[in-house]
Amino acid sequence: MATTAERRLRAPGLGNLASRSKAPPPGRRPWLRGLRGLLGLAPFAVYTALFLGVPTVAVVVGAFQTPHGGFTFKNVTIAAHAPYSNGFVESLELALVTSIVPGILGVFIAYAVHTSRGTLLRRIVSTASGVFANFGGVQLAFLFIATLSTTGVVTVWLQDVGISLTTRWLFTFKGVALVYMYFQLPLMVLIVTPALNGLRPAWREASQNLGAKGWQYWRYVGGPVLAPTVLGCTLLLFGFGLSAYATARALTAGTIPLTPIQIGDVMNGNVIAGEQNVGMALGLGLVIVIVVVLVFYTLLQRRASRWLSR
Amino acid sequence: MVVAVATTIAAEAKAPSGRPSGRLSLSRLRWWRGVVLVLTGIFFLLPLYAALRFALENNLGHLTSAAFSAIPHMTGFLSALYLSLRLAAVTMVITLVLMVPTTIYVHLKYPRLLVAFDAITLLPIGIPPIVLIIGVLQSAPFVLKSSPYLLSLEYVILAMPFAYRSLDAGLRAIDLKTLVEASRSLGGRWISTMWRVIVPNLRTALASATILSLALVLGEFTMASLDLYTTLPVWVVNTDAVTAHVSVAVSFLSLVLTWFLLLALSAIDRRQFRKVRVVDEET
Repeated sequence: MATTAERRLRAPGLGNLASRSKAPPPGRRPWLRGLRGLLGLAPFAVYTALFLGVPTVAVVVGAFQTPHGGFTFKNVTIAAHAPYSNGFVESLELALVTSIVPGILGVFIAYAVHTSRGTLLRRIVSTASGVFANFGGVQLAFLFIATLSTTGVVTVWLQDVGISLTTRWLFTFKGVALVYMYFQLPLMVLIVTPALNGLRPAWREASQNLGAKGWQYWRYVGGPVLAPTVLGCTLLLFGFGLSAYATARALTAGTIPLTPIQIGDVMNGNVIAGEQNVGMALGLGLVIVIVVVLVFYTLLQRRASRWLSR
Repeated sequence: MVVAVATTIAAEAKAPSGRPSGRLSLSRLRWWRGVVLVLTGIFFLLPLYAALRFALENNLGHLTSAAFSAIPHMTGFLSALYLSLRLAAVTMVITLVLMVPTTIYVHLKYPRLLVAFDAITLLPIGIPPIVLIIGVLQSAPFVLKSSPYLLSLEYVILAMPFAYRSLDAGLRAIDLKTLVEASRSLGGRWISTMWRVIVPNLRTALASATILSLALVLGEFTMASLDLYTTLPVWVVNTDAVTAHVSVAVSFLSLVLTWFLLLALSAIDRRQFRKVRVVDEET
């Protein structure tokens, strides 16, 4: 949108002025300027290092320490065996299911919203997905307790038509997975929508002019262009599902062995006092998976940016 | 967690050109679109409806607003809400003070670093909050550990991915370079350029980033519970043992209110946008 300032600048005669102000001030060594320039990034860099970097390193280091500070592999060995290994498997399964299913459905929903003409619909969907994806956890768990627990509204409806859920169905793996969909789907819609905006109508028109049918457009144009983004977003959902804690905690009070829940138990001293370092070894496991996920995500993102410039 | 409602709001503003033209294979498109939207609507509205009904029913099945009117009188509710709001305020201030200048700076001086910035600001999505908080409790000095505001300092990290993304989207939507050069060449100092030229242009991005951090803080449970502070979500979980109806009522209210706040914001933004365009055409 053109502002008055912009207009004025475009007026003849002022153009030179603007470009002149860009020239480097004379008489300073370039490397010094470079250093001074990077100084502007210092607050952000320091903050991130202090509150993201240092804690992560502390966990990684703590994973290899005895409670007294000596070096040991014992924590990692304990973390790699039952019951913690089961927790890892269960967590990975849950993350896999709750990333692939919303990963696919989310694209369809985002596309349906994207192609609809109602701005009100888009506005509702974009704001709702922001809130649901961010609000995660506890509040959503309680919505579902009201819906599908033993006395839940939908449970009663289902009973009326002759389907009876096993008691505590909501608190099993399937139930937790369903609740995860409630924040994973909006998250997918949120992060995939910008990519849909990058699909140019001209591509569709061009393929139609060349005689392509709808499925051919998706097979040879739209699909390949979107694929890296969709895969990348699905990977992010995987990471998000893997690290989610609040929902499962609020729903099951820890009856399903998930790694984040196990970490929470260990740290709260619910298991054996003095096992804090085992908790960090479990955290190390999560961090390793996440690092792999993020590396692949970055690679896919680079590939995606070839066609879809934001 | 994430990402930018602002991106979508901003994109929405310029979207019409990006939409595939609807007339092509319209009929086929229409029915599947309808099916998808209706099913999604049911999936998302059903639990909200169920929660409302659950909160409005007492144990005998009669309709009553008792659960809602009981909320303010529950022990600990007001102090939990107050704590959450204070944490949210501190989080929002730090996020804005830290992220706004940094994002503007990178856009102006180091556009090549934007890709790296995208990656860095994604890290907090990956690192699980539970790992982050145990690391923090392990490494933070005692002064910080004894204060609830330690949580705010970490919430800034959790909020970073979408705060950055909404600011980024906002900055991409304006012609930042021209604005800055114009202001500088007219004699504006850096501070006044930021405050009087850039920030007013970023109003929507700032507001949506702020409201989403509010949503994040009001919903964050993991860190608060491990740091042993009773914020709103922690209180909701603890209260469940006493009365599930009130827990559900609070959950419903906090979700719906935040949503309406964001929806109202996007509506206001829409109207402003239109006004600007009309003025533009008149001049």
